[in-house]
Amino acid sequence: MGEVTEDAVLHGGAIIAAVKESGVRTVVALPDRTTAAGLLRPIESDPALRLVRVCKEDEAVGISAALSYCDHRALVLIQYTGLLDSVNALRGVAVEYGMPVCMMVGLLGKEPGVAPTASKQYGLRIVEPILDAMGIAHHLIETDEDVAKIKPAIDDAYARSQPVALLVGRRPVAP
Amino acid sequence: MMRRDECLRLLAARLPADQIVVAAYTAAFDWIALRPSPLNYISSGAMGLTSSHALGFAIGMPDRRIVLLDGDGSLLMNLGALVTIADAAPKNLVHFLCRNGTYEANGSHPIPGRGRVDFAGMARAAGYPRCYRFADLATFETGIGSLLQEEGPVFADLELEPGEKYPRDYGVMHGAQIRRDFAAALKGGAA
Repeated sequence: MGEVTEDAVLHGGAIIAAVKESGVRTVVALPDRTTAAGLLRPIESDPALRLVRVCKEDEAVGISAALSYCDHRALVLIQYTGLLDSVNALRGVAVEYGMPVCMMVGLLGKEPGVAPTASKQYGLRIVEPILDAMGIAHHLIETDEDVAKIKPAIDDAYARSQPVALLVGRRPVAP
Repeated sequence: MMRRDECLRLLAARLPADQIVVAAYTAAFDWIALRPSPLNYISSGAMGLTSSHALGFAIGMPDRRIVLLDGDGSLLMNLGALVTIADAAPKNLVHFLCRNGTYEANGSHPIPGRGRVDFAGMARAAGYPRCYRFADLATFETGIGSLLQEEGPVFADLELEPGEKYPRDYGVMHGAQIRRDFAAALKGGAA
């Protein structure tokens, strides 16, 4: 990760475009400090996306799994703390049932250019190992170059009916 | 108080053959015995998520009514779902709460607040526009027809006691075949 600098940029508009290009029609969200301004706020007013607000992140796992039966792609937009809170839901619904739960997860407080597993924050250090232990694919989105990972990851999740986590490593710039 | 099997039989008699029913745990086992159908969805995956699945189906299939048979123990694990559902305001969702006051699947221990918690009141406070309570079969039988025609989300608290005991096969509940059958039935074909 040494090549990612503190002043690298991640544009929220590019992320949203990639999400829409992936066929996502519904975003199921609970505000996350990393992505609230750069993603959730513009999504609120995007006519191409329906926003479903949840009270707790594990609800989003059930909602998006059910939507997948309806050929309706959804994206769960949450903070990493909510991901951790949803481990049992992910275990039962996404992993054991093999459901395409696609999550965009803000890594609140991650140091730019530092791998999550090397963060000074305990909670961030354990995110990827937990996903690895559960067999959930994950990708770090930290610069505009990383945005190209989004569509293939979502397409793959739906093709294989498996979950995926897109970990957002810095605050996206609002469109 | 109503026997669960008798109550569910009354409900089943009012539903069309192509009704999608999302059911939680103990109610699910009774339901699939009383009204077998590939359009029954009983695979919540984790306790508490039955209502979230029902909301997803309601959003994904806005032209089809979704009937939810929730459990009180399950709903207590996901009380915020009442607010989420009311906020999403799916017109096609009917949320029945099969209230037996116990974690019947886990040794019939009482739920916290048994006998005191007002679930219909909580649903109303969360924003459900129509909330009902039924404690006897005659009133339920009289009211069920019009309830099913109302614009949702509708919440109906059913005060129940266990009735006839049906098979509790968790292998079926968690197995892949029932989900494949459901997916195929949604698409109109056989699995």
